[in-house]
Amino acid sequence: MQIKSQKDFWSGLMFLGVGAAFAIGSLEYSFGSSARPGPAYFPFGLGVLMAILGGMVLFTSLTKDTPDGDPVGAFAWRPLVIILAAVALFGALLPRLGLFITLPLLVILSAMASEEFTIKDALLNAVILTVMSWAIFSKGLGLTIPLLPTIFGAGA
Amino acid sequence: MDLIHNLSIGFQTAATFQNLFYALAGAILGTLIGVLPGLGPVATIAMLLPSIYSLDATPALIMLAGIYYGAQYGGSTTAILINVPGESSSVVTAIDGYQMARKGRAGPALAAAGLGSFFAGCVGTLVIAAFAPPLTELAFKFGPAEYFSLMVLGLIGAVVLASGSLVKAIAMIVLGLLLGQINTDVISGVPRFSFDIPELTDGVGFVTIAMGVFGFGEIIANLGMPAESREVFTKDVKGLMPTKQDFKDAFPAVLRGTALGSILGVLPGGGALLASFAAYTVEKKVRGRSGEVPFGQGNIRGVAGPESANNAGAQTSFIPMLTLGIPPNAVMALMVGAMTIKGIQPGPQVMASNPELFWGLIASMWIGNLLLVILNLPLIGIWIKLLTVPYRFLFPAILVFCCIGLYTLNNNNFDVYMAAGFGLVGYIFYKIGCEPAPLLLGFILGPMMEENLRRALLLSRGDWSTFMTRPLSAGLLIASFLMVVVVMLPSIKNKREEAFQDAD
Repeated sequence: MQIKSQKDFWSGLMFLGVGAAFAIGSLEYSFGSSARPGPAYFPFGLGVLMAILGGMVLFTSLTKDTPDGDPVGAFAWRPLVIILAAVALFGALLPRLGLFITLPLLVILSAMASEEFTIKDALLNAVILTVMSWAIFSKGLGLTIPLLPTIFGAGA
Repeated sequence: MDLIHNLSIGFQTAATFQNLFYALAGAILGTLIGVLPGLGPVATIAMLLPSIYSLDATPALIMLAGIYYGAQYGGSTTAILINVPGESSSVVTAIDGYQMARKGRAGPALAAAGLGSFFAGCVGTLVIAAFAPPLTELAFKFGPAEYFSLMVLGLIGAVVLASGSLVKAIAMIVLGLLLGQINTDVISGVPRFSFDIPELTDGVGFVTIAMGVFGFGEIIANLGMPAESREVFTKDVKGLMPTKQDFKDAFPAVLRGTALGSILGVLPGGGALLASFAAYTVEKKVRGRSGEVPFGQGNIRGVAGPESANNAGAQTSFIPMLTLGIPPNAVMALMVGAMTIKGIQPGPQVMASNPELFWGLIASMWIGNLLLVILNLPLIGIWIKLLTVPYRFLFPAILVFCCIGLYTLNNNNFDVYMAAGFGLVGYIFYKIGCEPAPLLLGFILGPMMEENLRRALLLSRGDWSTFMTRPLSAGLLIASFLMVVVVMLPSIKNKREEAFQDAD
């Protein structure tokens, strides 16, 4: 057996797995009957349907030829890790340290994900974006965003 | 007459200072994101959703609509000037538009696109005003079975007309439907798939998904690509006005494009993208006058036709959303979400319960189109400057807006973490070639579909044949089945692949 389309192979597996997981997970809830469908009725059906579709995708990936094997290609680990970490860090720190510290941190950290990173540009961008965000969101739209660090922690 | 009476309500609403301001803001913002490559209307509208909490429903929706059609304009500007379509719907505009620009006729190309779009926008607005009331009447006759079947048709329609693998697209819809199942069951009150996380019992916020998958996922994908050497446009744009001959050539194309776009926009899954493709194909088939520039080398009809069509399609794709509450594409799905945020249940009752909103939105689209023509043609220079903003400044800005938006959704950092998770998911989708737009449609429609399915079954005492014995419902289901079959036919399948390859 040879994989003829990498992309379809993995997406097929994903659909199959997620579909099965939802179908199995829904068994925890009451299924009801057709006349009185319970909370598990719809998700179970959908999960099964998705697993079948996943199976179909998987099947084509093993049988139908593609010119170049549809490679998935290398993961861009650097931007992936840096961007997601920067976002998560923003979520963790904003309630504690406030906008004026967290936002520049987000900008500078995320800027490192780019190959064209220079510290000067990142600092400049951080200043502009922090001032703009404060003016637009906090002043302009009146959203409640913690601005300064709270000593005792907001206890997110 | 009703039409005039309704439109006058609309214009009274739309012409207030506040609403004019938001229409203008939306249109400018839309143009901006249309011009900037790597930032689409879906991500932008998702980014702005949290900030509409502080607005009334009418200005909020007016602004979001402005972003949508503004993006169409902006997208065509970059397509013509630098051969980079800012939006997928301007892909075909780039073919002839860029050739015109290279021959020093960027001005007429931009004018043809702008004026054609304006004309199409006017017609589109009238079409909505004329067809929305009868469709709404029809929608009131719908029972749960019909609604369920209609949603099936809408979802299927949305993917058969899109590019890429059909099975994968349907699977993505189902995945969206399943994600919509993470909530508290409406009928029994049981929390489902929540893993005892209290935030999950309210369901996953669709802003979270949209920002994660479309915002973060796209940024990571863009950064993962080697820094491309973009062709920068250096020539000045001069001589904006088209010649008399240009007008003569372009006008029939505008008419054809408008007609085609208006019809295709109403279809589920239609909207701007399909309309522009179809219009380009039609223009290529129609014989022009002898001695005109061949297609692919800068024919003005190749710009005017698709541009009018995509604008008309963008307008009329509001019809299913406004009358039935069923979004035909991802942008409309976000609009439905915005309505829900503002406490308006989308569906046929909106026209009766919120006439100012309904007609004000429609009228504001016409005003917005007018503003775009007045503003954009003289402002071209500024938009060209914006093209030179490097991505390394742009993407942290997108992140900042998303993060603040996510946090302020519920003043809670759970949504920020969730979106980071969906960013990873979005990147994986990108890597394995799964188009994420159908997922969003499924996610929006999921809870509605389940409710209608279960209600239909309750009413029929568990008899599944209710979907086939009620004629309207049966018709809708048969139509969706036929769509899948037709697309699967080998001859059509090849044509379809060919059509989408043309665009690349």
